[in-house]
Amino acid sequence: MATTPQTLFEKIWNRHQVRPETSETPAVLYIDLHLVHEVTSPQAFTELRQRGLTVRRPGQTIATMDHSTPTTPRNAQGIIPVLDTQAQAQLTQLESNCRDFGIPLFALGSENQGIVHVIGPEQGLTQPGMTIVCGDSHTSTHGAFGALAFGIGTSEVGYVLATQCLLQSRPKTMEIRINGRLSKGVGAKDIILAIIAKIGVGGGTGYVLEYTGEAIRALSMEERMTVCNMSIEGGARAGLIAPDETTFEYIKGRPRAPQGAAWDAAVADWQTLVSDEGAVYDAVVELHADEMAPMITYGTNPGMGIPITGYVPTAGDMADESARAGLAKALAYMDLEPGQSLIGKKVDVVFIGSCTNSRISDLRLAAQVMQDRKVASGVRVMVVPGSQQVKKQAEAEGLDEIFKAAGAEWREAGCSMCIAMNGDQLKPGQYAVSTSNRNFEGRQGKGGRTFLASPLTAAATAIAGAICDPREILG
Amino acid sequence: MNKFIPYTARYAVLPMENVDTDQIIPARFLKTTDKVGLGDNLFSDWRYDSNGQPKPEFLLNKPFTKGVEVLVAGTNFGCGSSREHAPWALQGFGFKAVLSTYFADIFQNNSLKNGLLPIVISPETYQLLVASDAPNPGHATLSVDLANQTVTLPDGSTMWFPIEPFAKYCVLNGVDQLGFLANADSDISAYEQTHTTRVDTVGL
Repeated sequence: MATTPQTLFEKIWNRHQVRPETSETPAVLYIDLHLVHEVTSPQAFTELRQRGLTVRRPGQTIATMDHSTPTTPRNAQGIIPVLDTQAQAQLTQLESNCRDFGIPLFALGSENQGIVHVIGPEQGLTQPGMTIVCGDSHTSTHGAFGALAFGIGTSEVGYVLATQCLLQSRPKTMEIRINGRLSKGVGAKDIILAIIAKIGVGGGTGYVLEYTGEAIRALSMEERMTVCNMSIEGGARAGLIAPDETTFEYIKGRPRAPQGAAWDAAVADWQTLVSDEGAVYDAVVELHADEMAPMITYGTNPGMGIPITGYVPTAGDMADESARAGLAKALAYMDLEPGQSLIGKKVDVVFIGSCTNSRISDLRLAAQVMQDRKVASGVRVMVVPGSQQVKKQAEAEGLDEIFKAAGAEWREAGCSMCIAMNGDQLKPGQYAVSTSNRNFEGRQGKGGRTFLASPLTAAATAIAGAICDPREILG
Repeated sequence: MNKFIPYTARYAVLPMENVDTDQIIPARFLKTTDKVGLGDNLFSDWRYDSNGQPKPEFLLNKPFTKGVEVLVAGTNFGCGSSREHAPWALQGFGFKAVLSTYFADIFQNNSLKNGLLPIVISPETYQLLVASDAPNPGHATLSVDLANQTVTLPDGSTMWFPIEPFAKYCVLNGVDQLGFLANADSDISAYEQTHTTRVDTVGL
């Protein structure tokens, strides 16, 4: 009997339905892994306490500290001091919540602490076919492994803690096919910025994206994470990439990866997690990697991106009055002119980090550009590893010495200037090239102005002191 | 969460697209471990200057928006971060509903969990609300009836809005989803019996 071809999303969804969707109620969806951090969980634990509930599966839950933690150096005792009393209170509360409810915690400064979306894959917890949630919209990152991973709010954090389930209506599916191969100096960050520039910040709303095509297959796991990470910036809660040998190779041997016979069984299962020939998506978008250049944003949402060799749009490029108003408002905030080139635009800060681009391969790319070069005078460059493990690895490779010799700051792990609630922030009016994921007004500090770009573009800009096409430096 | 009671309210128009949750409540206010008090910092960076003084030109600082209970905003409202602090801040200010031509997924979910209604309207309705507000801003009214899923517009016409049936049930009755999920316990246990391959974080 022939079975109906299924998309990867449908396969994962069907596996996790505790109860199917009805006309009255959404599906009860089982959650395999729940990631918790200090900022979006306190009110959920309070709710649990008030109702006398426990955590159903502490062993499918892991907590870390990342958002409000400082990334300043350790003191003589090896401790990272938290000077912000409100942040300290939040961290203390996470500690007591994890202790009281039996949830493992990677506390600030401990050897596995880091950005929540860096540590899951690093520990081998993130695996193909899983459902993964976190009170953070960049949970889509884990979709790079062929896991259905999406951000939730604090109420839902409480539901998952208590029941390991969520009520979910089935989203639609969109295939984003990237044909061809990237040229030198163009990377995963440029792919996702090009996608969002094409579909817009609301284009993926209501969809789960599946990234396919030759250019996606050619990406490393860490590059795939960069692509999936920013699915939410196109409005999609989740982005998926079907697992393959690249995926299995990355997971193998990690602390929580299956081992021995369990490994073989897992891989055999994971190999079935592909969209079947003839499976139908609700929408399809196609882009060509060969045509892509390094991308940079000019405005105040991640959809406002252009090839670095291009020009800021003008009112005439906009579809309607409302979009023209949006452009005018964004350019006023950024203090940029319609039609101008961004190359050569002076910047004050370069930030290399965040759950989008803080993994070892990102740091290697930045180091490749900064090796034997100096940061331009007057530019502050912050390099913030995604986790303590990434930091350790980078130090073993001597990348920290390259950054420091160039004049960059080498810091402790955390979300840092991506979210600017931890002391790392822009001053009003400052310009930054940032490898993070959001250029919203004030995102990196009240009044700060952000250009989103790849680690290569960020590092090249650090050297030039002004927005620079990395291909100029790479030769 | 309180039971929903139909109401008639004045509204404020924020004619901007893609209002992200970082604008609704900037990250520096997320260091709280509470839900209350966030309304004071709703739209903080648009609302206050660098000395913390209200900017007179911003919508919510204008006298006519005092006491409004509904926000009408441009398309893709609530995009970006998943922070539930965004609906908490809107409710803290006094809003009961937001009307837009569409909402970002997570914001919409979070709002419904708290009884803040995200009401999807057509571009024509949006234009009508903007036009009705223009002559005397902050004075026109609309009425929201969740049971019938209708909004009565300032011109007396009525529009129907979609809402997922279970979310409607929860908001109408002032209950959250946790009770329903807790009642699914035996099904969840049965599922766990048949899906045994799972990671274990304990001991990491």
